[in-house]
Amino acid sequence: MARRPKLPAPPVPSALQAPVPRPGENGKAAPADQAKNAGATVVDWVDERTSLSGGVRWALFRKVPKGTNWFYTLGSATMFAFLSQAVTGVFLAMYYRPDPSGGAYESIRHVTNEVFLGQFVRGMHKWGSSVMVILVFLHMGRTFFFGAYKYPRELNWVIGVVLLILTMTMSFTGYLLPFDQRAYWATVVGVNINGTGPLLGPYLSDFLRGGSEFGATTLSRFYAIHMLLVPGLLAALIGAHLYLVAKLGTTAPPWIRAEKPEELREAEA
Amino acid sequence: MADKHAKKKSQYTTERLYPGAFEGETVTRRRFMTGTAHTAGAIGAAAFLLPALGFAVGPIFKSTPVRWESVGSEDLFNEFNYVPVVLTVNPEIGEAGKTTVYVRRFNRAIDVDPYDRGTPFIAISSRCAHLGCPVRWVDAAERFICPCHGGVYDLLGRRVGGPPVRPLDRFYTRVNAGREVELGPRFSVNSELKRFSPRDPGEPLDGIGQYAYPSRPGAQKL
Repeated sequence: MARRPKLPAPPVPSALQAPVPRPGENGKAAPADQAKNAGATVVDWVDERTSLSGGVRWALFRKVPKGTNWFYTLGSATMFAFLSQAVTGVFLAMYYRPDPSGGAYESIRHVTNEVFLGQFVRGMHKWGSSVMVILVFLHMGRTFFFGAYKYPRELNWVIGVVLLILTMTMSFTGYLLPFDQRAYWATVVGVNINGTGPLLGPYLSDFLRGGSEFGATTLSRFYAIHMLLVPGLLAALIGAHLYLVAKLGTTAPPWIRAEKPEELREAEA
Repeated sequence: MADKHAKKKSQYTTERLYPGAFEGETVTRRRFMTGTAHTAGAIGAAAFLLPALGFAVGPIFKSTPVRWESVGSEDLFNEFNYVPVVLTVNPEIGEAGKTTVYVRRFNRAIDVDPYDRGTPFIAISSRCAHLGCPVRWVDAAERFICPCHGGVYDLLGRRVGGPPVRPLDRFYTRVNAGREVELGPRFSVNSELKRFSPRDPGEPLDGIGQYAYPSRPGAQKL
């Protein structure tokens, strides 16, 4: 069996690194030294019980191919857009009321006009959703044009397509929540587009509306899908997506030529 | 493919030399216990998944009771032009549950279609048959025009231009004892004005469309 290459030590700040014990040094450390090593002690304590550092090193300290460039950051940019949506969304949910008889619109108005930093947080969520959709498509374009969807990464492409669909579902369900005229009519039109699918389409429309007409439960249905159902699926699939990235590694850009083996180079020279 | 001449393996565990097997036993205890545990897990998961799923999709199968709503005195309407009235489709959600309906008297000269016989009033829904935006009756053009994607309909609600896939929907009408016009459930029509139970916008009713977009159990029907 070939020897596995030794992974580099993680670049932990020196304050968190355990000091190398000096020869002949034993016995209890002085309280000042104990306090100084508290950080390292905590990290060691957790690591001894979880072996997390191995997993962290496996996931983060990977070899990347030659030619890796800024386009390779689009995936993590998308993930940060998602995290921003998740955090701002959780805090918006503290003020939002999914009440179709005026309460929903009123709560959004309250957030925007009266809550401290409300306009800013809501603005981040609102504009961030567009940013996330744009980043998803740029990331998909990068993967496509670099040929990074090919063997053995097909499954990651499939997961990515599901993530794209879930992102669009988030956009669609979130659009209704302000419950103003634009939100209402956009949802009427969107649900009817769903309904144009033959055979199952009409039933899907009924499921989305919670009945044959746009009704009192439509808004709470959209709210539940928007903040519970789809985000959970998104987070789980992002985990799977990242696992496969770490497992399979990234591809070199198509303009990078493979290096010749050393024997061939020597023969040519 | 298994060789059909090969000797068939015994189904008894003793003859297959499982250690500790009983005489006449066909399934090992380990296999039986594994199957039992899996079955118990599946029953446990189904016990909460199936009711939750049924709870979420239940509204699809819930029928809506038929409502009749008075929209004004009989004298309000004439044979030659539409009068817009406001009808409450869903009383639970305030203004969002209301819709505009265009009403006129039955006119022998233009309502020649046999399906309209015996209807005292013609009530045309303002919900566009393309994707559900509200159409407006433009008197000068004698057309219903949709602001969203440019659907145009004639006096009878039949499509004359744009993307709609069928004529405008209609409502059942009747006159009550107080000489007031009442509107009932909505119904859809195909391009020959033949009546169908109510469909959503965007669902054609001509040819194969009436089968590809079936009537759903939840819709309000007469």
